[in-house]
Amino acid sequence: MTKTVNNRAWFFVLPVFALVAFSAVLPLMTVVNYSVQDTFGNNQFFWNGIGWFQELLDPSTELGGRFFDALWRTLLFSAIILMIEVPLGIAVALAMPREGWTVALCLVLMALPLLIPWNVVGTIWQVFARGDIGLLGWTVNQLGIDYNYTNDPIDAWVTIIVMDVWHWTSLVALLCYAGLKSIPDAYYQAARIDGASRWAIFRTIQLPKMRRVLLIAVLLRFMDSFMIYTEPFVITGGGPGNATTFLSIDLVKLALGQFDLGKAAAMSLVYNLIILAICWVFYTVMTNVDAERERVEA
Amino acid sequence: MARITLDHLAHAYKTAPRAADDYALKEINHVWNQGGAYALLGPSGCGKTTLLNIISGLVRPTRGRVLFNDLDVTDLPTEARNIAQVFQFPVVYDTMTVRENLAFPLKNRHVPRDRTAQRVEEIARLLDLTRVLDRKASNLTADMKQKISLGRGLVRPDVAAILFDEPLTVIDPHLKWQLRSTLKEIHRTLDITMIYVTHDQTEALTFADKVVVMHDGAVVQTGTPDELFERPAHTFVGHFIGSPGMNILPCRVEGATAFVGNEAIPLQRAYRGLSEGERVELGIRPEFVRLQPKGSGLPVQIRRVDDIGRARVARVEMSGRPLAASVPEGISIDGSEAALALDPRHIHIYANGHLVSGEPIGGTRA
Repeated sequence: MTKTVNNRAWFFVLPVFALVAFSAVLPLMTVVNYSVQDTFGNNQFFWNGIGWFQELLDPSTELGGRFFDALWRTLLFSAIILMIEVPLGIAVALAMPREGWTVALCLVLMALPLLIPWNVVGTIWQVFARGDIGLLGWTVNQLGIDYNYTNDPIDAWVTIIVMDVWHWTSLVALLCYAGLKSIPDAYYQAARIDGASRWAIFRTIQLPKMRRVLLIAVLLRFMDSFMIYTEPFVITGGGPGNATTFLSIDLVKLALGQFDLGKAAAMSLVYNLIILAICWVFYTVMTNVDAERERVEA
Repeated sequence: MARITLDHLAHAYKTAPRAADDYALKEINHVWNQGGAYALLGPSGCGKTTLLNIISGLVRPTRGRVLFNDLDVTDLPTEARNIAQVFQFPVVYDTMTVRENLAFPLKNRHVPRDRTAQRVEEIARLLDLTRVLDRKASNLTADMKQKISLGRGLVRPDVAAILFDEPLTVIDPHLKWQLRSTLKEIHRTLDITMIYVTHDQTEALTFADKVVVMHDGAVVQTGTPDELFERPAHTFVGHFIGSPGMNILPCRVEGATAFVGNEAIPLQRAYRGLSEGERVELGIRPEFVRLQPKGSGLPVQIRRVDDIGRARVARVEMSGRPLAASVPEGISIDGSEAALALDPRHIHIYANGHLVSGEPIGGTRA
């Protein structure tokens, strides 16, 4: 096939370039610019080279220490979230009705948490989980379990994790449900004739058909949970102590609290690269499973 | 090995059906003999698939029983019946190789590994799948996948019947013949009952020893392809089978003479029992209606002549009624005026759509 080369085409994509430059490249370059300088009051800037990056990536420094602490916390949080929300989402999707009026009802109920603004979710749970007036916190305490998310790091983590599961499991479930709906009835009928068990049906029909949507679900949930800011900020403000200070919260503290623009810029760049790198790994691993299959065939 | 008996079987998808129209499948009594090749023929929505799913146990009938030999299996689940089904769209397990696909039903039934392996090889040879045994099933062509679906049925040594639900729908035309002859061959090799659902009369007539024609949720005729052609029991069968279908003409019958418009047509049998209110029709296949020059038969107007390959068919009008007639070799007709000769041995009389057998002339005359 021959393609017509026409340089006038560039002219038509020019507005897109301009827009992207304005909205993404320029701000990013500002951050890069900050990351190699030290700032003082009165807008005085001093060249610092890769100093901030060196400090950031060295756990023995103050900056590096808090960065790695926050990074492990965030990674742990994302890992827990994925391990709960993905299996739970699949289970919910499998349990949802496949036809009838209950389908619409289920879909609406499932979509509701997704429609609530993040800071509202945070506020809801902040009140809900309070030991004195919150329905959840009060009930748990009445049951004889000592629970106070403002004092106890474990309680704080549990609160934020339960909140995130409540907020986002629907997304995984809805994606999986869409994948399940695309399986023709004949597959289930054939499986029954072949005498497949419920588990075998899940392993050989449902899971393979859901793989693509699961990839999307895992990527979305990883990115979102790795960047989580609003809800823990509203609920715990990063505390008690630094127990729930995730990377994003730490970044804001550094940039807007301490006004260390150089350090914060270096941190956001590294943060950004980590997200890109992990997404790339997820994507490659999960698509390679496909490629592996094709290769076996050939 | 099984003889499948359908006993007063009926099915409605609605709950609490009352009127006859509520039933997707009207009452049916039928016996499928062990080892037969059957076709279930009818237009879309006539209840063929419902009937098939009832036999395989995917659907539980509203009324009646299904018997395998003398065992009532109506309440047995699909996996407990020794039956296999091949669907319209090929079903393969994407993540498995062809070999694993074929072994799947045996694995689920805990058949020993060496026995399974041996059985898979046998079936693969039979279906000509040996070449692709170790390939993933997902990227094969539709006809290969359909063979795998079939193979998963055949691999079970206990299977007594295989049900096909329009299995050639998504197969390329040039492969349809091939796959169909594979089916025929397997039917000859193995002593397995095959029930083949289709809306394509060619498929039905070439595949089956016996064809069951369904219309509107009911069986209208069961017979060999010849019987369906020669003596359609219902005007629907006459019309549905054959191309072009049977000519059906509203008529009036007096004794052994039928009147179509003003034309009198002599019959070979006498029909006396026809009552006033009945819709009486005369049916004759175009193959037995011969076009000839005007003046020697029933006068007609020729509208057009179609060449359908092995023969020519004239579309004519007789007293304003459209009709199809065969055009004999070497006949030449000028203008649109012509005549028809009807072979009286192949004229059938229908009352309210059903064939009336009549009585021999001079036999039981009062």
